[in-house]
Amino acid sequence: MQVTINGKNQTLTDGITVAELLAQLDLQPIRVAVEVNEDLVPRKTFAETPVRDGDQIEIVTFVGGG
Amino acid sequence: MASNRYRVGSFEFTSRLFVGTGKYADFQAMKDALAASGCQVVTVAVRRDVMAPEGGTKPDNILEHLDLTRYTVLPNTAGCFSAKDAVRSAKLSRELLEGLDNPGAKWVKVEVLADKKTLLPDVVGTLEATRELVDAGLEVLAYTNDDPIAAKQLKDAGATSVMPLGSPIGSGQGILNPANISLCLEYLKEDDPDYPVIVDAGVGTASDVTVAMEIGADGVLLNTGIAGAREPVQMARAMAHALEAGRLAYLSGRIPRKRYASASSPTDGVIASAARPL
Repeated sequence: MQVTINGKNQTLTDGITVAELLAQLDLQPIRVAVEVNEDLVPRKTFAETPVRDGDQIEIVTFVGGG
Repeated sequence: MASNRYRVGSFEFTSRLFVGTGKYADFQAMKDALAASGCQVVTVAVRRDVMAPEGGTKPDNILEHLDLTRYTVLPNTAGCFSAKDAVRSAKLSRELLEGLDNPGAKWVKVEVLADKKTLLPDVVGTLEATRELVDAGLEVLAYTNDDPIAAKQLKDAGATSVMPLGSPIGSGQGILNPANISLCLEYLKEDDPDYPVIVDAGVGTASDVTVAMEIGADGVLLNTGIAGAREPVQMARAMAHALEAGRLAYLSGRIPRKRYASASSPTDGVIASAARPL
Protein backbone atom coordinates (compact mmCIF):
# COMPACT_ATOMS: atom_id res chain seq x y z
CA MET A 1 0.00 0.00 0.00
CA GLN A 2 0.97 3.59 -0.57
CA VAL A 3 1.15 6.10 2.26
CA THR A 4 2.68 9.51 2.78
CA ILE A 5 5.11 9.81 5.69
CA ASN A 6 6.30 13.28 6.58
CA GLY A 7 5.38 14.48 3.12
CA LYS A 8 7.10 11.64 1.22
CA ASN A 9 5.37 8.78 -0.61
CA GLN A 10 6.29 5.35 0.70
CA THR A 11 5.27 1.79 -0.01
CA LEU A 12 4.44 -0.29 3.07
CA THR A 13 3.43 -3.87 3.70
CA ASP A 14 -0.34 -4.27 3.99
CA GLY A 15 -1.74 -4.55 7.49
CA ILE A 16 1.09 -3.05 9.52
CA THR A 17 0.41 -1.02 12.64
CA VAL A 18 1.84 2.34 13.69
CA ALA A 19 4.07 0.53 16.22
CA GLU A 20 5.42 -1.76 13.49
CA LEU A 21 5.99 1.18 11.19
CA LEU A 22 8.05 2.99 13.85
CA ALA A 23 10.11 -0.16 14.42
CA GLN A 24 10.67 -0.46 10.66
CA LEU A 25 11.87 3.15 10.56
CA ASP A 26 14.11 2.50 13.56
CA LEU A 27 12.34 5.21 15.61
CA GLN A 28 11.93 5.05 19.38
CA PRO A 29 8.22 5.42 20.15
CA ILE A 30 9.02 7.47 23.27
CA ARG A 31 10.74 10.17 21.19
CA VAL A 32 8.03 10.68 18.60
CA ALA A 33 4.41 11.69 18.34
CA VAL A 34 2.26 10.52 15.45
CA GLU A 35 -0.68 11.87 13.50
CA VAL A 36 -2.62 9.89 10.92
CA ASN A 37 -4.71 12.05 8.60
CA GLU A 38 -4.28 14.98 10.97
CA ASP A 39 -5.61 13.06 13.97
CA LEU A 40 -3.27 12.47 16.88
CA VAL A 41 -2.55 8.81 17.56
CA PRO A 42 -2.07 8.37 21.33
CA ARG A 43 1.13 6.49 22.12
CA LYS A 44 -0.86 3.88 24.06
CA THR A 45 -2.67 2.89 20.87
CA PHE A 46 0.37 2.62 18.51
CA ALA A 47 0.26 -1.19 18.65
CA GLU A 48 -3.41 -1.43 17.73
CA THR A 49 -3.62 1.38 15.18
CA PRO A 50 -3.49 0.01 11.66
CA VAL A 51 -1.92 1.97 8.82
CA ARG A 52 -4.24 2.09 5.80
CA ASP A 53 -3.66 2.68 2.11
CA GLY A 54 -3.53 6.40 1.35
CA ASP A 55 -2.89 7.49 4.94
CA GLN A 56 -1.11 10.77 5.50
CA ILE A 57 1.24 10.12 8.41
CA GLU A 58 3.20 12.68 10.37
CA ILE A 59 5.94 11.52 12.72
CA VAL A 60 7.35 14.38 14.75
CA THR A 61 9.86 14.94 17.50
CA PHE A 62 11.39 17.89 19.33
CA VAL A 63 14.13 20.05 17.88
CA GLY A 64 15.99 23.05 19.22
CA GLY A 65 13.94 26.20 18.93
CA GLY A 66 12.95 29.42 20.63
CA MET B 1 17.83 37.82 45.92
CA ALA B 2 14.93 39.26 43.98
CA SER B 3 14.21 36.11 42.01
CA ASN B 4 11.98 34.51 44.57
CA ARG B 5 9.19 32.15 43.71
CA TYR B 6 6.54 33.16 41.22
CA ARG B 7 3.83 31.27 39.40
CA VAL B 8 2.90 30.75 35.79
CA GLY B 9 -0.40 28.85 35.83
CA SER B 10 0.15 25.68 37.83
CA PHE B 11 3.96 26.02 37.63
CA GLU B 12 6.23 27.62 40.19
CA PHE B 13 9.76 28.78 39.42
CA THR B 14 12.54 30.88 40.88
CA SER B 15 14.44 31.70 37.67
CA ARG B 16 12.63 34.23 35.51
CA LEU B 17 14.64 33.49 32.39
CA PHE B 18 13.13 31.16 29.79
CA VAL B 19 15.75 30.02 27.29
CA GLY B 20 15.35 28.62 23.78
CA THR B 21 17.31 25.64 22.52
CA GLY B 22 17.81 26.62 18.86
CA LYS B 23 20.79 27.84 16.86
CA TYR B 24 23.61 26.63 19.11
CA ALA B 25 26.79 25.41 17.42
CA ASP B 26 26.18 21.96 18.93
CA PHE B 27 24.35 20.25 21.78
CA GLN B 28 27.26 20.69 24.19
CA ALA B 29 27.21 24.47 23.61
CA MET B 30 23.47 24.41 24.24
CA LYS B 31 23.81 22.47 27.49
CA ASP B 32 26.58 24.72 28.78
CA ALA B 33 24.67 27.90 27.94
CA LEU B 34 21.43 26.63 29.52
CA ALA B 35 23.31 25.73 32.69
CA ALA B 36 25.06 29.11 32.81
CA SER B 37 21.75 30.96 32.40
CA GLY B 38 20.33 29.28 35.50
CA CYS B 39 17.03 28.80 33.67
CA GLN B 40 14.46 26.24 34.78
CA VAL B 41 12.36 26.41 31.63
CA VAL B 42 13.64 25.58 28.16
CA THR B 43 11.61 25.89 25.00
CA VAL B 44 11.69 23.47 22.07
CA ALA B 45 9.94 23.21 18.71
CA VAL B 46 8.13 20.30 17.05
CA ARG B 47 9.32 19.10 13.66
CA ARG B 48 9.04 16.10 11.37
CA ASP B 49 11.50 13.50 12.57
CA VAL B 50 14.51 12.88 10.36
CA MET B 51 15.01 9.28 9.31
CA ALA B 52 18.45 7.75 9.09
CA PRO B 53 19.83 7.97 5.57
CA GLU B 54 20.37 4.67 3.68
CA GLY B 55 23.26 2.93 5.46
CA GLY B 56 23.87 5.97 7.68
CA THR B 57 23.03 6.88 11.24
CA LYS B 58 20.27 9.12 12.49
CA PRO B 59 21.41 12.52 13.75
CA ASP B 60 21.23 13.02 17.53
CA ASN B 61 17.87 13.98 18.98
CA ILE B 62 17.76 16.97 21.33
CA LEU B 63 16.03 14.72 23.88
CA GLU B 64 19.30 12.84 24.32
CA HIS B 65 20.89 16.10 25.46
CA LEU B 66 18.26 17.74 27.67
CA ASP B 67 18.12 16.81 31.33
CA LEU B 68 14.36 16.32 31.64
CA THR B 69 14.59 15.99 35.42
CA ARG B 70 16.16 19.44 35.63
CA TYR B 71 14.24 21.47 33.06
CA THR B 72 10.55 22.00 32.49
CA VAL B 73 10.10 21.87 28.74
CA LEU B 74 7.94 24.58 27.22
CA PRO B 75 6.98 23.32 23.78
CA ASN B 76 6.30 26.04 21.24
CA THR B 77 4.39 26.13 17.98
CA ALA B 78 7.12 28.09 16.22
CA GLY B 79 6.86 27.96 12.47
CA CYS B 80 3.06 27.57 12.42
CA PHE B 81 1.31 30.02 10.13
CA SER B 82 -2.27 29.03 10.99
CA ALA B 83 -4.27 28.42 14.14
CA LYS B 84 -4.99 24.91 12.90
CA ASP B 85 -1.32 23.97 12.58
CA ALA B 86 -0.52 25.53 15.96
CA VAL B 87 -3.25 23.44 17.60
CA ARG B 88 -1.97 20.25 15.91
CA SER B 89 1.58 21.05 16.93
CA ALA B 90 0.58 21.77 20.55
CA LYS B 91 -1.28 18.48 20.85
CA LEU B 92 1.68 16.56 19.41
CA SER B 93 4.00 18.19 21.96
CA ARG B 94 1.68 17.31 24.79
CA GLU B 95 1.71 13.68 23.66
CA LEU B 96 5.52 13.70 23.50
CA LEU B 97 5.96 15.29 26.92
CA GLU B 98 3.39 13.03 28.57
CA GLY B 99 5.36 10.04 27.31
CA LEU B 100 8.57 11.58 28.64
CA ASP B 101 6.95 12.30 31.99
CA ASN B 102 7.92 15.99 31.87
CA PRO B 103 5.62 18.53 33.58
CA GLY B 104 5.76 20.60 30.37
CA ALA B 105 2.96 18.34 29.04
CA LYS B 106 0.55 20.74 30.73
CA TRP B 107 1.45 23.89 28.81
CA VAL B 108 2.44 25.31 25.44
CA LYS B 109 3.76 28.54 24.00
CA VAL B 110 1.42 29.39 21.16
CA GLU B 111 2.95 31.14 18.19
CA VAL B 112 0.87 31.75 15.11
CA LEU B 113 3.00 33.69 12.70
CA ALA B 114 1.80 35.87 9.88
CA ASP B 115 4.75 36.83 7.75
CA LYS B 116 8.00 35.08 6.88
CA LYS B 117 10.09 38.23 6.69
CA THR B 118 9.24 39.67 10.09
CA LEU B 119 7.86 36.55 11.79
CA LEU B 120 5.36 38.91 13.39
CA PRO B 121 2.39 37.18 14.99
CA ASP B 122 -1.04 36.75 13.44
CA VAL B 123 -3.00 37.98 16.43
CA VAL B 124 -6.37 36.76 15.11
CA GLY B 125 -4.96 33.27 14.56
CA THR B 126 -3.23 33.36 17.95
CA LEU B 127 -6.53 34.19 19.63
CA GLU B 128 -8.28 31.34 17.80
CA ALA B 129 -5.54 28.82 18.69
CA THR B 130 -5.51 30.03 22.30
CA ARG B 131 -9.25 29.45 22.68
CA GLU B 132 -9.04 25.99 21.18
CA LEU B 133 -6.05 24.89 23.26
CA VAL B 134 -7.51 26.27 26.49
CA ASP B 135 -10.62 24.19 25.69
CA ALA B 136 -8.35 21.19 25.17
CA GLY B 137 -7.07 21.65 28.73
CA LEU B 138 -3.66 23.18 28.04
CA GLU B 139 -2.18 26.13 29.88
CA VAL B 140 -1.48 28.54 27.04
CA LEU B 141 1.32 31.10 26.98
CA ALA B 142 0.44 33.32 24.05
CA TYR B 143 3.19 34.98 22.04
CA THR B 144 1.84 38.23 20.64
CA ASN B 145 2.52 41.79 19.54
CA ASP B 146 3.30 44.52 22.04
CA ASP B 147 -0.33 45.55 21.72
CA PRO B 148 -2.20 46.07 25.01
CA ILE B 149 -5.59 45.40 23.39
CA ALA B 150 -4.54 42.08 21.87
CA ALA B 151 -2.85 41.19 25.15
CA LYS B 152 -6.09 41.75 27.05
CA GLN B 153 -8.09 39.77 24.49
CA LEU B 154 -5.70 36.83 24.88
CA LYS B 155 -6.01 36.93 28.64
CA ASP B 156 -9.80 37.06 28.31
CA ALA B 157 -9.61 34.04 25.98
CA GLY B 158 -8.05 32.10 28.84
CA ALA B 159 -4.31 32.45 28.23
CA THR B 160 -2.32 31.53 31.34
CA SER B 161 0.31 34.10 30.39
CA VAL B 162 0.69 36.67 27.64
CA MET B 163 4.10 37.01 26.00
CA PRO B 164 4.39 40.36 24.21
CA LEU B 165 7.34 40.69 21.87
CA GLY B 166 10.20 43.10 22.42
CA SER B 167 10.93 43.16 18.68
CA PRO B 168 10.87 40.57 15.86
CA ILE B 169 12.17 37.09 16.69
CA GLY B 170 15.94 36.81 16.37
CA SER B 171 16.27 40.47 15.34
CA GLY B 172 18.28 41.57 18.38
CA GLN B 173 16.54 44.95 18.27
CA GLY B 174 15.69 44.82 21.97
CA ILE B 175 12.56 46.31 23.49
CA LEU B 176 11.39 48.65 20.75
CA ASN B 177 8.32 49.97 22.50
CA PRO B 178 8.69 49.91 26.28
CA ALA B 179 5.68 52.22 26.60
CA ASN B 180 3.45 49.60 24.96
CA ILE B 181 4.90 46.75 27.01
CA SER B 182 4.20 48.86 30.06
CA LEU B 183 0.58 49.31 28.94
CA CYS B 184 0.31 45.54 28.35
CA LEU B 185 1.51 45.03 31.93
CA GLU B 186 -0.95 47.58 33.26
CA TYR B 187 -3.93 46.07 31.44
CA LEU B 188 -3.02 42.45 32.16
CA LYS B 189 -2.28 43.00 35.83
CA GLU B 190 -5.24 45.26 36.59
CA ASP B 191 -6.94 43.64 39.62
CA ASP B 192 -4.71 40.62 39.02
CA PRO B 193 -1.16 41.67 39.99
CA ASP B 194 0.22 38.12 39.88
CA TYR B 195 -0.85 37.50 36.27
CA PRO B 196 2.41 36.46 34.61
CA VAL B 197 3.69 38.46 31.65
CA ILE B 198 6.83 37.20 29.94
CA VAL B 199 8.53 39.39 27.35
CA ASP B 200 9.50 37.17 24.45
CA ALA B 201 11.68 37.79 21.40
CA GLY B 202 14.07 40.42 20.15
CA VAL B 203 16.59 40.41 22.99
CA GLY B 204 20.00 41.30 21.57
CA THR B 205 22.04 41.89 24.68
CA ALA B 206 21.86 41.98 28.46
CA SER B 207 20.47 45.50 28.84
CA ASP B 208 17.39 44.50 26.80
CA VAL B 209 16.53 41.96 29.49
CA THR B 210 17.02 44.62 32.15
CA VAL B 211 14.69 47.02 30.35
CA ALA B 212 11.94 44.40 30.20
CA MET B 213 12.30 43.58 33.89
CA GLU B 214 12.56 47.22 34.99
CA ILE B 215 9.16 48.00 33.52
CA GLY B 216 7.65 45.12 35.47
CA ALA B 217 7.70 42.00 33.29
CA ASP B 218 7.67 38.77 35.28
CA GLY B 219 10.23 37.12 33.05
CA VAL B 220 11.97 37.11 29.69
CA LEU B 221 12.20 34.42 27.03
CA LEU B 222 15.17 34.56 24.71
CA ASN B 223 17.20 32.33 22.44
CA THR B 224 19.27 33.98 19.74
CA GLY B 225 20.68 36.59 22.14
CA ILE B 226 22.56 33.77 23.85
CA ALA B 227 22.94 31.18 21.08
CA GLY B 228 24.18 33.73 18.56
CA ALA B 229 26.64 35.50 20.87
CA ARG B 230 30.33 34.95 20.23
CA GLU B 231 30.60 33.51 23.75
CA PRO B 232 27.21 31.95 24.52
CA VAL B 233 28.06 30.74 28.04
CA GLN B 234 29.34 34.13 29.10
CA MET B 235 26.33 35.84 27.51
CA ALA B 236 24.00 33.43 29.35
CA ARG B 237 25.55 34.58 32.63
CA ALA B 238 25.23 38.21 31.54
CA MET B 239 21.52 37.66 30.78
CA ALA B 240 20.95 36.13 34.23
CA HIS B 241 22.66 39.08 35.94
CA ALA B 242 20.77 41.55 33.76
CA LEU B 243 17.49 39.94 34.70
CA GLU B 244 18.36 40.12 38.37
CA ALA B 245 19.39 43.78 38.02
CA GLY B 246 16.18 44.70 36.24
CA ARG B 247 13.98 42.83 38.69
CA LEU B 248 15.67 44.45 41.70
CA ALA B 249 15.40 47.89 40.11
CA TYR B 250 11.70 47.33 39.42
CA LEU B 251 11.08 46.26 43.02
CA SER B 252 13.10 49.20 44.32
CA GLY B 253 11.14 51.89 42.48
CA ARG B 254 13.01 54.08 40.05
CA ILE B 255 13.15 57.83 40.53
CA PRO B 256 11.02 59.98 38.24
CA ARG B 257 12.71 61.58 35.24
CA LYS B 258 13.26 65.30 35.74
CA ARG B 259 14.05 67.99 33.22
CA TYR B 260 16.77 69.63 35.32
CA ALA B 261 19.55 68.42 37.57
CA SER B 262 19.12 67.89 41.28
CA ALA B 263 22.43 68.05 43.15
CA SER B 264 23.45 64.96 45.07
CA SER B 265 25.92 66.89 47.25
CA PRO B 266 24.91 69.72 49.65
CA THR B 267 24.63 73.07 47.92
CA ASP B 268 25.70 75.00 51.05
CA GLY B 269 29.29 75.53 52.19
CA VAL B 270 30.93 75.23 48.78
CA ILE B 271 34.29 76.98 48.61
CA ALA B 272 33.82 79.51 45.86
CA SER B 273 36.27 81.63 43.95
CA ALA B 274 35.22 84.45 41.70
CA ALA B 275 33.89 82.16 38.97
CA ARG B 276 30.08 81.98 38.93
CA PRO B 277 27.73 79.82 36.89
CA LEU B 278 25.82 81.29 33.97
